[in-house]
Amino acid sequence: MTIPQISVFLENKAGQLADITGILSENHVNMRAINIAETADYGVLRLIVDDASKASAILLEQGFILTMTPVVGVAVPDTPGGLSKVLGVISAAEIDVEYMYSVFGQKDGQACMIFRVADTDGLAEILTKNGIAMISGEDLGLH
Amino acid sequence: MERYYQKEIETADREQILAWQNERLVKQVRHVWDDVPYYRKKMEEKGVTPEDIQGVEDLHKLPFLTKDDLREAYPYGLLAKPLKDCVRIQSTSGTTGRRVVAFYTQHDIDLWEDCCARAITAAGGTSGDVCHVCYGYGLFTGGPGLNGGSHKVGCLTLPMSSGNTDRQLQFMVDLEATILCCTPSYAAFLAESIHERGLRDKIKLKAGIFGAEAWSEEMRQDIQNKLGIKAYDIYGLTETSGPGVAFECSEQTGMHINEDHFIAEIIDPDTREVLPEGSKGELVFTSITKEAFPLLRYRTRDICVLTRKQCSCGRTHVKMSKPMGRSDDMLIVKGVNVFPSQIETVLLEQGYQANYQIIVDRVNNSDTIEVKVEMTPENFSDNLGKITEMEKGLVSALKAMLGIYAKVRLVAPKSITRSEGKAVRVIDNRKI
Repeated sequence: MTIPQISVFLENKAGQLADITGILSENHVNMRAINIAETADYGVLRLIVDDASKASAILLEQGFILTMTPVVGVAVPDTPGGLSKVLGVISAAEIDVEYMYSVFGQKDGQACMIFRVADTDGLAEILTKNGIAMISGEDLGLH
Repeated sequence: MERYYQKEIETADREQILAWQNERLVKQVRHVWDDVPYYRKKMEEKGVTPEDIQGVEDLHKLPFLTKDDLREAYPYGLLAKPLKDCVRIQSTSGTTGRRVVAFYTQHDIDLWEDCCARAITAAGGTSGDVCHVCYGYGLFTGGPGLNGGSHKVGCLTLPMSSGNTDRQLQFMVDLEATILCCTPSYAAFLAESIHERGLRDKIKLKAGIFGAEAWSEEMRQDIQNKLGIKAYDIYGLTETSGPGVAFECSEQTGMHINEDHFIAEIIDPDTREVLPEGSKGELVFTSITKEAFPLLRYRTRDICVLTRKQCSCGRTHVKMSKPMGRSDDMLIVKGVNVFPSQIETVLLEQGYQANYQIIVDRVNNSDTIEVKVEMTPENFSDNLGKITEMEKGLVSALKAMLGIYAKVRLVAPKSITRSEGKAVRVIDNRKI
């Protein structure tokens, strides 16, 4: 139960991010989560959108370099210590988290975090075993 | 009073110099014809035999030699003496990664060091001087050449090599160095450091011999004022021996070419016609005394002017102007030869495309080089760490190829300017 993430290469110069959000907006693509990892010169923009295949086709056509990556959505109780508990479970199972970030909005008192790990199946298994719910693309309104 | 290392040679009249050149050229042509099949083949292709070369006036009949020949003949194809007679190599970068390797017999080294000794003496050096050499030592010719010349003059020689500014300054002050040998940009950097640390009154420098890269009259004035010295230019290239092919005298209006060892010509780089004296064109050298690695009509790609106007220093050897540019795309960065093709080779090896741009600048008197390269789908990852790893890999591969650090800047695809379908490969922002 993974969610498709689009990662786009961003050169650190004025207007790059606005260009991308502009293109997505013109094409009625809705963003559900956004995250940027950067160095002084460049960065990686990670996006969860309602229609990943449409968005990636449009961005590729515009000359952007991108890659699609499966990520896992995890329901995190929206209470103090909620994330800590989830991370404790993942850490105990010795699964390395490459990166993580949160999704806009929340549902039923739960926050949604996006996790990128090498072993997606392993993560799903230990989350289930520990009674932590995963969030599907449908839950996020993805097509 | 002007001092000379080899007065009779350096102030010989034109007839005498020409007589040496005629005799040595004829002998050299015979030597390469007999001992270097690569040369013999080149001469045969041009329909020239040693009998056709009776003196300097026949020089134009000989074929040219280029850096491509050196690459093709690498490593031993142009070697003119048995290996048992050779005692040293020096090396510089080639056009596409294959390095240029030059060989020396002990006699070759002696003559090379004489040339450097002439330069040091022309700069006022005597056996009472302390000569601080911070050109790089090793394969680069700068350190070994000036080191040997300094020994010949009898100076106390400080073989500092490059880098470690603190140690450079400590020795310069404590050992009371009087002559400084390095690249002009490093001299300017040292001058700044001396000024910043308030050491100006503690240094005893009187002269500097600066070469291996381009520098202007303004830069000379600046270094002279900051260090309170006279700054002399020196010229050379690994292919012909190293520094000391030509050097400046007290007049500081060009560099005397050591004509008893090298015959200089100026050609039109496009038509390859020899140009009359005083014309601006590409400098071509024939080394008439080198035993192990003699070069006949070697195209240096440096653009300059030769003049035989009488010099107030008393030396009679022809003078060359500072190089005014290149007839190829070679860059000199931190005294190191850099060809765009070398950078291209590394980029392709590392899985990048040949869309790149080289930006050279001078910041705080030190050259910087930045390679802008477009990101490719293959090298892109959602994981920033993987991208920075690849970037580090590219930086070390460039360092291994060029011998100097080049900053890498990953940019968006198609963001590098292309003019009329052809990319602008090099942007040189240095104001030299």
